[in-house]
Amino acid sequence: MTATAPAETAQQTVRQQVLVLYLASSALDARVVGWSRYDGTGETHPTTGDSDVPPYATGLDALKDGWRLFQAAQLLPPAHGHEYDVSFLKHEFFFEKLASVTA
Amino acid sequence: MPQPHRKNLLTSVQMAHFVANGAFRMDAVVPDEMNQQAIDVLKAGIPGVPYGTPLSEAFVGSEFVQRLVQLPEVAGAIHSLVGPDPTVDHHAVHIRKAHEGEAQNLHGDAIIDVREDAFDVQLMYYPQEVTLEMGGTLSVPGSHLRRTNESDTGRYQNLLGQTRLTCPAGTVVFLHHGIWHGGRKNDSAIDRYMFKIRFNPTVRQVRLWNTDDLYDAEVARELDQTFPWYENATGRLEKYNRIKLWQALTGDDTFDPEYWVTRVSNRPQRVVAQRSLNPHAAKKEMA
Repeated sequence: MTATAPAETAQQTVRQQVLVLYLASSALDARVVGWSRYDGTGETHPTTGDSDVPPYATGLDALKDGWRLFQAAQLLPPAHGHEYDVSFLKHEFFFEKLASVTA
Repeated sequence: MPQPHRKNLLTSVQMAHFVANGAFRMDAVVPDEMNQQAIDVLKAGIPGVPYGTPLSEAFVGSEFVQRLVQLPEVAGAIHSLVGPDPTVDHHAVHIRKAHEGEAQNLHGDAIIDVREDAFDVQLMYYPQEVTLEMGGTLSVPGSHLRRTNESDTGRYQNLLGQTRLTCPAGTVVFLHHGIWHGGRKNDSAIDRYMFKIRFNPTVRQVRLWNTDDLYDAEVARELDQTFPWYENATGRLEKYNRIKLWQALTGDDTFDPEYWVTRVSNRPQRVVAQRSLNPHAAKKEMA
């Protein structure tokens, strides 16, 4: 067997791209009511108030487009005496894609 | 400060709009002649005011700001929202420089503020026409009753139905102290100016506006509106909290057209079961 030396190429590595979707209920196929994006490749710079149009209509649509779910908000009962309080958005789902970049 | 004329007070429908949205907008309410002076005045700076200075004394050194807060429509809105003789919490000139690369995180001002029967308002004055590219203030309608602290909401970049302010020159927006907002990135070649004053009430905020239309059907419609970013279930809690605030502002705790508060407060005390049907009462008789 003969070993072949690899050609001199730039090193390929992966970076995480993160999509956070806020949904209208705890169901993953509920409609998107809020969204944030963070790009570990540094190629895009999403920020506050940069779009009025959600990237997907539902959480399920993000899965269909190749986003991998890695965290979903827990369902927690309200604290006694605070049942009518409103605060943070409850139905938060974190997705990722891994993108190849040249190091 | 002279008492504003009744015709310049907000109506009940407009107040209900504020209670639902956490914001009330007056387009081009400041005359052009003042808008043209404004940039130079704001560039020069407005003298600082100690916290809690009565509005009538706060701007003796700034004739421009006195004129601004005494414009009949502006004075009428201030009176309607926080009443006569409010104090000035603080004021600030905000400048978003041309091509400024950073947007502010979504935040509420000061610290978490959960008062249920009182609120501060912030007047925001935009002396120039604001285009989408200039990064007008982002705000989230109906977010003012959420119990969150300052920039803990910074993770939220965009919410469905958010307001990315565009407006004609001379626009004034009044915001409830709790509204989620932030200065957007300015992608234009024009520096954007905004002047803000926060007012504290010094009276109970009960029926301070023109209440002639207090029971107009449109009041109930304003209070019952929903916003696209609300989750299905929490959106109902928003209406509950909104009705509680309206009840506090009107002094009428029976106003609840959609029954959100009444239904879950109903705990009748009248007992109609016969004494003979009470097993504990029966035991006592046997002993």
